[in-house]
Amino acid sequence: MNKGKKKLGLAAALLTALGLAASAAAGTSLSLVAYSTPKPVLAKIIAAFQKTPQGAGVSFTQSYGPSTNQARAVAAGQPADVLFLSTGDDIDLDVDAGLVDPNWDHQSYDGIAANTVVVFAVRDGNPKHIKGWADLIKPGVQVVTPNPFSSGSAKWNILAAYGAQRRLGKTDKQATQYVKTLFDHVVSQDTSGSNATNTFLSGKGDVLITYESEALNARLQGKNIQYVIPRQTMLIQLPVAVTKSSPNKDTANAFIRYLKSVPAQELFAQYGFRPVNPQVANEPAVKKEFPARPGIFAIDDKYIGGWRNADKVWFDPKHGRMVEIEQADGGPSSG
Amino acid sequence: MEGRRLASASAIVALPRSERAGTALSLGFVTTYLSVIVALPIAALVWAARADGLSQFWFWVSQPEAVAALKLTLAVAALVALTNAVFGTLLAWVLVRDDFRGKPLVNAVIDLPFALPTIVAGLLVLALYGPDSPVHVHAAFTRTAIYLALLFVTLPFVVRTVQPVLYELDTDMEEAARSLGAREVVVFVRIVLPSILPGILSGVAMAFARAVGEIGAITLISGDRPFHTEVASVWILNASQSGNGTGAAAVAVLLLAIAFAVLLGVGGLRFFATRHERA
Repeated sequence: MNKGKKKLGLAAALLTALGLAASAAAGTSLSLVAYSTPKPVLAKIIAAFQKTPQGAGVSFTQSYGPSTNQARAVAAGQPADVLFLSTGDDIDLDVDAGLVDPNWDHQSYDGIAANTVVVFAVRDGNPKHIKGWADLIKPGVQVVTPNPFSSGSAKWNILAAYGAQRRLGKTDKQATQYVKTLFDHVVSQDTSGSNATNTFLSGKGDVLITYESEALNARLQGKNIQYVIPRQTMLIQLPVAVTKSSPNKDTANAFIRYLKSVPAQELFAQYGFRPVNPQVANEPAVKKEFPARPGIFAIDDKYIGGWRNADKVWFDPKHGRMVEIEQADGGPSSG
Repeated sequence: MEGRRLASASAIVALPRSERAGTALSLGFVTTYLSVIVALPIAALVWAARADGLSQFWFWVSQPEAVAALKLTLAVAALVALTNAVFGTLLAWVLVRDDFRGKPLVNAVIDLPFALPTIVAGLLVLALYGPDSPVHVHAAFTRTAIYLALLFVTLPFVVRTVQPVLYELDTDMEEAARSLGAREVVVFVRIVLPSILPGILSGVAMAFARAVGEIGAITLISGDRPFHTEVASVWILNASQSGNGTGAAAVAVLLLAIAFAVLLGVGGLRFFATRHERA
């Protein structure tokens, strides 16, 4: 008797929950705030989501822009239910503003929706024979990378350069020296990743340090861009999070779950992003498109120590290593 | 500004009582409007700059990269303003005094840089002077590129301030001078220049101010390299992007103060140049 009551209660609760979910979905509008590159793939994923039972009747307000700008806009009050940004650092910015749960990375796949890696875009036929990080500091090689103080993507590039050296057995001092030398070869430090791509496509430089997803995205747009994946490179993890203040948390969470589901992950793969869902990541075609690298490392690598630490050590506007490196680059001895 | 205040003061003397009230009203309106639209945001900026204390303000305005960016900005802006003073006047002269086919078209082209988003101007200069330059001028990613981009976006100022003065200018005096045997150079320097100088100075001041504040046209073609081609506006953008609001505000305040001083200086010159009209 008692047992039966419990079951009935559970069923009722389930039904209520389902009913709530259904009523929450119908006519709900989600504000999605994202960085620029995934715009085309998100359009596809949203359309697919709206065809699922949870997504039926959900409309989306979408906002795209440079990742850090977007995070700041949300911190300053731009309405947002779902954030999809290019660094965990930018999500942390909204954590600090009290808008995102500090445990956002305790979700499935550590709160990551898709991955990409740091790559070198090169000129047709790779005339300078760029294969690894050591080739970037050979005499006469010109490198294009955005300014790390304004662009999230440049932060990844610098940490990739440093981390790769550590993986190659260099000491902290030697690896930092490498970044310094690398910046002697940097001929343009644009304010954003897309400006840097423009600079490179205009003909400046031999190498553009960029993301695999950016390069593949440029290819999808019909631009002829070749790239090399170095053996030691950084896994760029693209985080997704729901805001604490979201009035549509259930729908927002359903959308995030959908982002990590097989159909959405397949779309990500088609648009140049590395899937996080192993079922898709292990498909032979996907494995071929996104070759594995032995020396791949992520932000929580022991040499880098997570975003909070990396930010303090490298990008603090007063004492960060990059301040000193930029200064050294500006000395009278360098070109 | 000084001249205008003087003009309105003499107007008050000349006007009957009822109209003076109207002037006071409009003056009040102008003051309020300027306060809300200009003074208030600037006050907020100054407030943000001193938020972390005066020592922080000094730290940021003396930070080597920021100082390098400020120097570059002011030097290029001054050069751009001077170039405009010469070539803007020349353009205005040709448009007013010469007749040629397609003149209305040329006249319309002058204003185009204003209509274009400046980031597009940057793209244009990049396409023109970049590594794939169709004219084989490889100026992109150098300081020269910044200069060229700024010339493009500031072109209309001097032309548009000098043109109306030249239209109004009576040619009788010039002809009289010529008939008395004055050479063309003398005619220009002694007769035309004094009349158009206030216009040139106004245009130069606007071009300078615009050049100091420009970012869109510059950022794509300069390469934004710290200590080399990074201008103050880009430094400020980078600072604000990396969460350094105090540094951004501090350098912006200094930039504004310098620009304001230069504008006041040009205003003073203008006042001096128009002294005869007021006498």
